[in-house]
Amino acid sequence: MLEPFEFGFMQRAMIAAALIGGITAAIGVFVVLRRLAYIGHGLAHSIFGGAVISFVGGINFFIGASVWGAISVLMINLASRRPQIGGDAAIGIVTTAAFAIGIAVISRARTFTRDFEAALFGEILGISEQDLWITLGMVALIAALLTLWWKPLVFITFDRAVAGAYGISINRVEGVFALALAATVVASLQILGVTLIAAALVIPPVTARLLTDSFPRLFLAAVGVGVLTGWLGVYLSWFVDVSSGATVVLTQTAVFALALGFERLTRLRARSGARRAERLAGLERALSE
Amino acid sequence: MPPDAEDAPLIALSDLAVGYDGEVALRRLSLAVRRGDLIGVVGPSGCGKTSLLRALMGEVEIYAGRSERAAADGGGGLRIGYVPQVETVDWNFPITVEQVALLGAWREGRWAPWAGRRARRRAREVLRQLGIESLARRPIRALSGGQQQRAFLARALISDPQLLLLDEPTSGVDIKTSHEILHELRELNAAGVTIVLTTHDLNGVASHLPRLICLGQGTILADGTAEEVLQPTLLERSYGQPMLVVKRGPETYVLPVPEEAPGAHGEHDAAADDDLTVIGRDDGDA
Repeated sequence: MLEPFEFGFMQRAMIAAALIGGITAAIGVFVVLRRLAYIGHGLAHSIFGGAVISFVGGINFFIGASVWGAISVLMINLASRRPQIGGDAAIGIVTTAAFAIGIAVISRARTFTRDFEAALFGEILGISEQDLWITLGMVALIAALLTLWWKPLVFITFDRAVAGAYGISINRVEGVFALALAATVVASLQILGVTLIAAALVIPPVTARLLTDSFPRLFLAAVGVGVLTGWLGVYLSWFVDVSSGATVVLTQTAVFALALGFERLTRLRARSGARRAERLAGLERALSE
Repeated sequence: MPPDAEDAPLIALSDLAVGYDGEVALRRLSLAVRRGDLIGVVGPSGCGKTSLLRALMGEVEIYAGRSERAAADGGGGLRIGYVPQVETVDWNFPITVEQVALLGAWREGRWAPWAGRRARRRAREVLRQLGIESLARRPIRALSGGQQQRAFLARALISDPQLLLLDEPTSGVDIKTSHEILHELRELNAAGVTIVLTTHDLNGVASHLPRLICLGQGTILADGTAEEVLQPTLLERSYGQPMLVVKRGPETYVLPVPEEAPGAHGEHDAAADDDLTVIGRDDGDA
């Protein structure tokens, strides 16, 4: 049982997966409540384009891809406010265009030989100590952004139409959210890969949503599910010999299924309790007559 | 210079033209909101009632004219509380009544993600004042329309606004709740809060307010007492439909009538009841 803890690469992988699981769940709460569930998927592709441009332009990957991603989120926000376009179409247009720019750059720069398989599917077991520190730094930055902008972010997510009237600078808050979301996707690329990020953004918040009607509790539960399933997924992958990224997402899906079953059971019990109470009340009435 | 004298208006609009994305929604707006006012804004759907509230908040594009605001009592900007139409809210959002109220105090302890003790205490006070303290921990979507309105009123009141703007506060609630909300607003007004509200309810709400603004044809058609504004000719200009105004003692009732109905164009029968007065549209021209 303790075998995975004996290896340095597994220790680093479990810590990184727990960190990334927690931070994707934290930002995912806002993503889900804004009904932008597919933004993670699209953004991962968009950032893939940004990564190519960073490489060709000699820019640091984390900075280049984060800025590219943040610009994509802002453009999605801008486009989705047009009733003729809508959120889903805006995600489709902006992220595929940003991805296509990356492809165009690859086809022009013929010397481009970078292997992007790791970015597509994640390479969590290969992360170095330096990667772990970078991940920790990114997670700390995103957590700080969310903490400092918490109140305006919650206000805008709940009731955007009046946030301006209450003195909230909507554009500034949207900018912060875009940067935090893009940084989250960039930080998650190596751990989960482009293809699995969307699940990590969406599943923990939706799982928590099934369990509570209070926003602070929802947030804490989502982060808890993200951290736990991140760590557990990597731990289990040692035994089942399956890709760690896939195991993390499958663990999250299993926890979601459990929460769904629990919620359904609670509802059924409440219903049968109400029926029993009504039957007893009817019996009492009949007896008193 | 913004007006700052005690008797100066809180907000003064002079020949203002406002709108969104380059399209003018309202023009030639000249209006003074004075301290202690309780103003109702009436007019048909789409006439710009919400835009007028947004113009008072400064949340619209200004194409012409001037808008001036008084300073807050303790310095700084004018404190405005806004209660939107409940339709703008995301009802799937998991939030309790107390958390909704606390949103209005987001500036207190700005950089902390949690509400401070003072804000919590103030939230409880406001919820108690509005009679919904017992619902503080209930999800807002589980409440009735009237209770939801009070929760949003609590969000607006938590920061002690000088001016309270309400968009259709009695929309979607029953007559009793509508009267209760109006009563609460009167009490707030008596306590010194200046109030501007929009309403489509001419009989249950507008006719009971001391000052009315009637919108129509993209501008302010009238600004005066309920008696001055609820006139058949004026209402027909605003709503594009003949209206009868019926007075019974201190009460005023407005009835939309079909074009062909007797009285629709001033050809009405005298009322059988001694203290019932029916005013056709031509009687209100004076």
